[in-house]
Amino acid sequence: PAMFSPFTLEFEDEGNLLDTNRDATTINIEDVKRQTKAAGFDPDADDEYPARSDDREELLSGQKKSAPFWTFEYYQKFFDIETHHVKERILGSLLPWPRKNFIQFYLRKNPDVYGPFWICTTLVFAVFISGNISNFMNGKYNPQFRKVTIAATMIFSYAWFVPLALWGFLLWRNNKILNLVSYSFMEIVCVYGYSLSVYIPAVVLCIVPLEWLKWVTMVVAFGLSGSVLVMTFWPALKEDHPRVAMATVSAIVLLDVLLAVVCKMYFFSTPQPSGAPVAPPTAGQLKANTSSS
Amino acid sequence: MAAEEEASRPFAGLSDVSISEDIPVEGDISVPVGPSRTDEEFSTLDEPVKETILRDLRAVGNKFIHVLYPRRSSALLRDWDLWGPLLLCVTLALLLQDGTADSDLEGGPQFAEVFVVVWFGSIIITLNSKLLGGTLSFFQSLCVLGYCILPLTVAMVVCRVVLLAAPGTVSFVVRLVVVTASFGWSTFASTAFLSDSQPANRRALVVYPVFLFYFVIGWMVLTYFPVKNRQP
Repeated sequence: PAMFSPFTLEFEDEGNLLDTNRDATTINIEDVKRQTKAAGFDPDADDEYPARSDDREELLSGQKKSAPFWTFEYYQKFFDIETHHVKERILGSLLPWPRKNFIQFYLRKNPDVYGPFWICTTLVFAVFISGNISNFMNGKYNPQFRKVTIAATMIFSYAWFVPLALWGFLLWRNNKILNLVSYSFMEIVCVYGYSLSVYIPAVVLCIVPLEWLKWVTMVVAFGLSGSVLVMTFWPALKEDHPRVAMATVSAIVLLDVLLAVVCKMYFFSTPQPSGAPVAPPTAGQLKANTSSS
Repeated sequence: MAAEEEASRPFAGLSDVSISEDIPVEGDISVPVGPSRTDEEFSTLDEPVKETILRDLRAVGNKFIHVLYPRRSSALLRDWDLWGPLLLCVTLALLLQDGTADSDLEGGPQFAEVFVVVWFGSIIITLNSKLLGGTLSFFQSLCVLGYCILPLTVAMVVCRVVLLAAPGTVSFVVRLVVVTASFGWSTFASTAFLSDSQPANRRALVVYPVFLFYFVIGWMVLTYFPVKNRQP
């Protein structure tokens, strides 16, 4: 009943709020505002961990203020990082270390959208520009600005839809099997985004017109990014049925391989008089205007 | 009343000013700028169209000069307008046309693609800097980013002239130098305006997307090559 004066709620109606919000250990003004603005809506659906209750303490210590998803502040909390954080995270994904799970060690409950978004954008333009340069050095000069759109679609789909699928899958498995480790959607997006950062130097190296060097660089890049992903997700999967765990890990690895191979084939293939050297099945899904393969 | 006089003892000189309730208080509350502003608004309807247009053109030209000689002045920020960016974007997109509109397999960016890259890119960068806690308003950022395309547009004109004069390796080196210089100029000019509004520990995070933006536009300028000169 007394939901209309947020200033008095904190002092008078704590009892009511405790009843309606049983998960909270205490009340603060942010919770009050959230209740009055968004009755019946859970703005933190993305960030709730079923197995963790200590994020409430974080809320109360003022580190993470929750706001409804239609306000600007909701998105601002995903940009709550500084330059050195981004540098550390990129280095952590370039040089994966067996003990350092990316999410637990680097993200530390502060996933950001800045890294994944700008790494994906840089990768899109790096692939496009390097592909142009390498085509130019092979003799044909064909800017094909169309390719930017295709590159962007491929890379952004990989970086946003695969984490969505993986997150949904992990959520489903968490319902069946009690798991100590669970990741939020934003953390998974973060890992995928930062794991793509190793492809940027690889793609720039692919400008050099040596076919074996291109394949070697792509394999090394895939190895590094794949190992970051596997080391991050293995703790979340190892409690599970071994076949399910292996299948999931192989799916993660396979999608990474697919991205690497498709990028290489579409943007950097050398002109062959008889056609493409090896055409993976997915190349047929791309538009028919791949004039170089 | 006695209590009020007690309370207003420090303001003793004012105690003889009293407003009785049945005398209505009336008058004009007008900011000194106010009356002249309304006079101006009335008179802009009467002034010749040429003068209205010239006033805007002069404002745009003034901002161009601020971009060419970037100092820490706030002229670009105070009176933002989007005419300049629009003019520059349209000019750049028109100059980047190389006559391959009918075949979409080859060719550089179409008009719409340049437009989308410039405007969508500016909006994304503005959103990025606002989410990182910047203090510039949305349109001020758009204004700054748009106006700082001016050096790259000038470079485009120079490139087209160079390509007409002497196609070949020499022209490529000249174009590379010109485009690199203007890309550096654009980035420097826009960061001079934008970086002041960011906290120091995030400045690089805001500058990098601006760098990427002008790099991509510079790349489009550099790789412009008219169809007639292209090898089959």
